[in-house]
Amino acid sequence: MTVDLKTVSLEPLRHAYDHLERRFGPKPATRYQEGSYDIQAVENLHYRPTWDPDQTLYDPTLSRVRMADWYTIKDPRQYYYTTYTLARSRQQDTAEANFSFVESRGLAEMLADDLRAQALAMLVPLRHAAWGANQNNTLICAYGYGTTFTQPCMFQAMDHLGIAQYLSRLGLLLGDVDALEDGKRAWQDAPRWQGLRRYVEDTMALRDPVEVFVAQNLVLDGLLYPLVYERLVDDLMSARGGACVAMLTQFMSDWAVETRKWVDATIKTLAAEPASAEADNAAVLREWIDCWLPRAAEALLPVVAIVLDEQAAEAVDEQRAALLARIAKAGLR
Amino acid sequence: MDMKVQKAKLGLKERYRLMTRDLGWTPSYQPPEALFPYAGYEGIVIHDWEKWEDPFRLTMDAYWKYQAEKDRKFYAIIDAQAQNNGHLNITDARYLSALKIFLQAISPGEYAAHKGFARVGREFPGVGTQVACQMQAIDELRHAQTQIHALSNYNRYYNGFHAFIQQRDRIWYNSVPRSFFDDAMSGGPFEFIIAIGFSFEYVLTNLLFVPFMSGAAYNGDMATVTFGFSAQSDEARHMTLGLECIKFVLEQDPRNVPIVQRWLDKWFWRGLRLLSLVGTMMDYMLPKRVMSWAEAWDIYGEDNGGALFRDLARYGIRPPAGWADAGKARDHISHQFMLALYQWSFGTAFHGWIPSDDDMDWLSAKYPDTFDRYYRPRWMHFRKLAEAGTPFRNVGLAKLCQTCQFPCVFTEADDPTLLCHRELEREGHRYHFCSDHCQTIFEHEPEKYVQAWLPMNQLFQGTSGGGGIENWMKWVNLVDGQDNGDFEGSQDQRNFAAWKGQSTTNAR
Repeated sequence: MTVDLKTVSLEPLRHAYDHLERRFGPKPATRYQEGSYDIQAVENLHYRPTWDPDQTLYDPTLSRVRMADWYTIKDPRQYYYTTYTLARSRQQDTAEANFSFVESRGLAEMLADDLRAQALAMLVPLRHAAWGANQNNTLICAYGYGTTFTQPCMFQAMDHLGIAQYLSRLGLLLGDVDALEDGKRAWQDAPRWQGLRRYVEDTMALRDPVEVFVAQNLVLDGLLYPLVYERLVDDLMSARGGACVAMLTQFMSDWAVETRKWVDATIKTLAAEPASAEADNAAVLREWIDCWLPRAAEALLPVVAIVLDEQAAEAVDEQRAALLARIAKAGLR
Repeated sequence: MDMKVQKAKLGLKERYRLMTRDLGWTPSYQPPEALFPYAGYEGIVIHDWEKWEDPFRLTMDAYWKYQAEKDRKFYAIIDAQAQNNGHLNITDARYLSALKIFLQAISPGEYAAHKGFARVGREFPGVGTQVACQMQAIDELRHAQTQIHALSNYNRYYNGFHAFIQQRDRIWYNSVPRSFFDDAMSGGPFEFIIAIGFSFEYVLTNLLFVPFMSGAAYNGDMATVTFGFSAQSDEARHMTLGLECIKFVLEQDPRNVPIVQRWLDKWFWRGLRLLSLVGTMMDYMLPKRVMSWAEAWDIYGEDNGGALFRDLARYGIRPPAGWADAGKARDHISHQFMLALYQWSFGTAFHGWIPSDDDMDWLSAKYPDTFDRYYRPRWMHFRKLAEAGTPFRNVGLAKLCQTCQFPCVFTEADDPTLLCHRELEREGHRYHFCSDHCQTIFEHEPEKYVQAWLPMNQLFQGTSGGGGIENWMKWVNLVDGQDNGDFEGSQDQRNFAAWKGQSTTNAR
């Protein structure tokens, strides 16, 4: 049985805004489409930036990668502000519940000393790496071209800030303010962390938004998140009795799986653009991967070794192979 | 094993410090200028970014939670409004002109602010400042999107909304807000934050936001007023950020004061010009009015702004140079601009009209010193022409101010019967200005403002669709006879009346 309420039905004059009917045909548009397509100014820009008069205010040539239409890039999650915020709000509820579960049951105090020490040593300095990732994604949003490419990077930037804050809370919960201070010192000075810090600072000096995307979201995060959160925390530390650490990093594990789909879809679209006299996207993307992937793997090795010791190299190699398989699937053999 | 150690309880401020600025570090593999290349060229001196006081202490988990709650409510309400033909609850279809202007002129500005705040959220070398700017960046994206969503259903039933994307870049009057935001974004990070964060958000937001959103409430527009309520707490955060920014910059070094003063002079005047659009909306386009532009200026301009600049006097800041002239223009600008819009309504993607007798009586009550003396006679003349079947159409193209890009329709500050017009020559070209203040802005950065894309000049050069009004209309996606012209006899007017009848009576 269905019950159909009657409403006064008026014949609308049109289905959607013109630019959306042009792209998608005469039919109602989704909120993702309305909130994303063509909403960045395109033409008749008034002034050149005083901070760099060689650029225009919205400048697709800031990247060596070129697209005939940047709006062929699409976020498979179809995140616009609200869908993004609702999704994170739900995850935040879970994270909050996990933190209070660990806290109220005193699980942090029950953690074996060596596991606690490992967790703090590996995870707390990563809050700084997450801050670097925030900077990099903010830059992509700031200078990238086309909203379907740039808006998810703003979300990604805020996510990294959130991750840096969850890691800070983890440090405070498993350790104390001292743990954060120790972690920061290690990030600044300990030889083990210098490869990663250098990687982060070097990527922060890049100005090509797509190269930053590759170096940060595809390469570094493509190795770091599966290695640290899936392999070391979720699998290894949990098996050794440190499941409470995995509870505190559940946000990161879930987040990495979700965002990977978007990163891959973006790379796939960028790589699929036919080469032209102006640019050969696939070749440029390969060049960047070749430049950044060995560096990222090398930088992560001593970090992974905090937990894995001499097995670290094997783990990093495996993850590197897995990432290369992902990259191949995105069309970059 | 009972070793539960009592941890020191962290204060809110200290905890927030650990969650934000403690995340940063001093880079050593790259020089600071490689990471923050634009932080110094404007001449602003910052000695210690640690002195930055966080204007609000919001961590991401709390941000997601609060914002999601607000958005759930917002979309539930606009869905319900769309489902139940809520657009028929507005007081009158004339009100839609205000919404059309909002979508074409203001929503793209929200998006520009999103991009601009993302840029400064990356370019400032201080973590506390970056985090606050990034939050504003994502908020501004929210505002652009919620506005487009809220007005989407109006677009399905009424004209003038459908081409806001093309018109953002092409239609003549939108070069006013576009050049405003382009100007701010083409400045350095400090000018941007003073322009948008302080002058626009702090000094002028109340003059934009309160009249628009209250106007929506007074005129039965559930969608827009819901957006307004939903954005209110964001706006409060943005205003706090703007105020913190200016205080921080002024406190850091006395050499910053003259630079900031010049920006305040410039951005107050640019902002005020932009808000002439709002004044016109308040005085003419709301079937049920909230307050006059003059009243709004008294409350939010004179009183609030006056108090603010008294507060900033201790840093050596004086009220903006255009302050007194803004006060003098209070009783004139909305009339002068609406008269202009009426004459050029064949070229606007919203409707113009001649105010009714009731409207004019309201205007003379609100503007006892000016309306009957200067403006009623002109409206009466237009009405006579319209009744004779020869409505006044100004088919000449307006001369635009090189800085604010308004047509030069405003009068001298001390003589409302004399059009204000300034000009200067530079490198063989002549440039026109609507006021002394716009000319001064130009003179400080002529190399910037000579680049301005002036729609009327482009039209004369034949670059906007190939020359001629018909081609131009095609080029700006303006449907002649539907989107433009007089409200009387428009499709919007007819449809609204018919649909209203259909939904409240049994006639078909």
